[in-house]
Amino acid sequence: MVPLWMYLLVAAGLFSIGMYGVLARRNAIAILMSIELMLNAANINLVAFWRYNQPAQVGGQVFAAFVFVVAAAEVAVGLALIINIYRQRRSVVADDVDLLKW
Amino acid sequence: MTDSLIDIGLSRGLAVLIAKTLGVFALATVGLLWTFFCIWAERKVAARFQDRLGPNRAGPFGLAQTVADAIKIILKEDIMHQGVDRWVFNLAPILSVMSVLLIWVVIPFTPTLIGVDLSIGVLYLFAVGSLGSIAILMAGWSSNNKFALLGAFRAVAQLISYEVPMALAMLVPVVLAGSMSTQDIVRSQHVMYLIAAPLTVLIFIIASMAELGRAPFDILEAESELVAGYQTEYSGFKFGLFYVGEFLHAFTVGLLIAVLFLGGWRGPFAEDVPALGFVYLLLKSFVGYFAVMWIRMTLPRVRVDQILDLGWKFLVPLSLVNLIVVAFLWKILPGTDSINSAGDALVPSLVLLAANILMIAGVGMLLREEGRRERARIAARRAAQPVSEPGSVADAAPAGASD
Amino acid sequence: MELTVESLVFLLFSLITLGGALMVVTTRNLFHAALFLMLSLFGVAGLFALLTAPFLAGIQVVVYIGAIAILIIFAIMLTPQVTAVRPTNSQWIAGVVVAVVLFALLVSIVTPLMSELGVEGWSAVFTEKNPPPVPADSMARLGEAFVDPQGYMLPFEVASVLLMAALVGAVMLVRPARGAEDEAPQAGAQE
Repeated sequence: MVPLWMYLLVAAGLFSIGMYGVLARRNAIAILMSIELMLNAANINLVAFWRYNQPAQVGGQVFAAFVFVVAAAEVAVGLALIINIYRQRRSVVADDVDLLKW
Repeated sequence: MTDSLIDIGLSRGLAVLIAKTLGVFALATVGLLWTFFCIWAERKVAARFQDRLGPNRAGPFGLAQTVADAIKIILKEDIMHQGVDRWVFNLAPILSVMSVLLIWVVIPFTPTLIGVDLSIGVLYLFAVGSLGSIAILMAGWSSNNKFALLGAFRAVAQLISYEVPMALAMLVPVVLAGSMSTQDIVRSQHVMYLIAAPLTVLIFIIASMAELGRAPFDILEAESELVAGYQTEYSGFKFGLFYVGEFLHAFTVGLLIAVLFLGGWRGPFAEDVPALGFVYLLLKSFVGYFAVMWIRMTLPRVRVDQILDLGWKFLVPLSLVNLIVVAFLWKILPGTDSINSAGDALVPSLVLLAANILMIAGVGMLLREEGRRERARIAARRAAQPVSEPGSVADAAPAGASD
Repeated sequence: MELTVESLVFLLFSLITLGGALMVVTTRNLFHAALFLMLSLFGVAGLFALLTAPFLAGIQVVVYIGAIAILIIFAIMLTPQVTAVRPTNSQWIAGVVVAVVLFALLVSIVTPLMSELGVEGWSAVFTEKNPPPVPADSMARLGEAFVDPQGYMLPFEVASVLLMAALVGAVMLVRPARGAEDEAPQAGAQE
């Protein structure tokens, strides 16, 4: 098989790309998509470590499945918030939502 | 196949790769060619339902009509108007056909012939099915046309709603067989699951009709409201791909009904003569396909809000109850974990049948009550407004408020 | 690394994943970004399948592509600012720097680079090539672990409560205020 560090490398790349997206994109939905990328990077790591270290256990897969659940919940609430913000302010640009800013 | 390739001196990995690629091409080609026959059959049946003759000029019984149509549609001009999102616009029809063809991968045609016997077969079916709604979204968005976009909106709302009861219905054979592999599900149907779970079959057919986007659930391309929905801007070969995808999907629903509920290739002597199993599977899937056509031809289109109501308020709770009852009974019935022959399966199946009949009767009574209330409400509204206005939009508001 | 079919497939899926992800964060058109997100997540599903976790691969496609990505596309259509003039904000250079530094940091930890530089205690487990095989009934065990009181039953139930809470919360958030102004988009009410 491919050595473990290659999977970790892919996950690291995915996480960094997601990080850039979260920091740099203006649109709130784009930021949400970048967060999804980061969650997936974590999931690749979880499954890869499970496969290479403890395939006889189920812990890694269980944890990855919980990440799915949390991601689904996060997207549902996050998008609802964004739509609500859009209705209030006619904008989905994260910089425009600055009520709590000095 | 693989062995003979290794014999002529190819490495093992390459030989497997070539053999699999050829297999994929063969399956896809057979599937697409089969669509020609499906379109002809559906047109013939539709014609009989509507008291017509149907295609009967080209070839014997009009069999070559579809070929002629295909040639016509390929020769047509490929129009792409201004403002189209080119890549997405071109990818959408391909994805639409692909999502259906991918289903065929896990269909067990005979005891030995199956694309891949995936251990997650049913989950795979479900995953692949969700690609279809993406294709529709892509088509609707990239067309840069409001009718197409509205059609895509409706389509996705409908498809997502009906994926839930469909998944819950597909779980019932998984529970009964104790496996997600399609081949295992067929193997364990000593008594076909139609007998053990008739309610599930009904839910599955309704949900698949909605997934197909055909009458009575064809609001996504309702021609009187939306021109042609998400495929409004498509012409020529790309429209043809959507068309093929739809008909192939309709037949595939029949195939799935046959595999999941009618016992797939099972039948007399099928274990010994695998080719016979293929014939049985075809016959059974035509039963399912005919049911789908029958519903399409005879029922009128349902309204948007009614579709979502039916999905979320009726089918989802019903399929949940159904799944719980089936799983519970299957767990407490003795001997269900070691079924090796039709004799073993008969008694549990009959018990489940009785439970299903009870459930269907209960649902029928609920529906009758609901219908009576709805009729009373309409009658009351009529009485309140003796002068019937043609614009029924104004009527909707007080009805909603009285709930 | 010798070139086997498996490593080629790994390469393919990695490229799909990373390329798709790059397009997600750089493309101007938000709808395209969502489609590339699907592509990237599909690549992740392929990686799961390569790691002999077919169940997770299937769930990945069903949940992420079938549900989450479509939800995101819906939200994009409900908030029509699809092609922004500037897709990035003023701190995008800082973002690039942070991402690159983070990536370099992670690479230095997970790849054999450290051991080649002679750093003590670098985990040799990362170069593992031949892990023990996955038991054949891995999926059945996973299913049992979810409903086993000794296993993960409590987290499983909590997760379902979380989903329910998210569902109710999302519905509450997008519900148009009773008797409020009529300019609220009607499509939001349907969803």
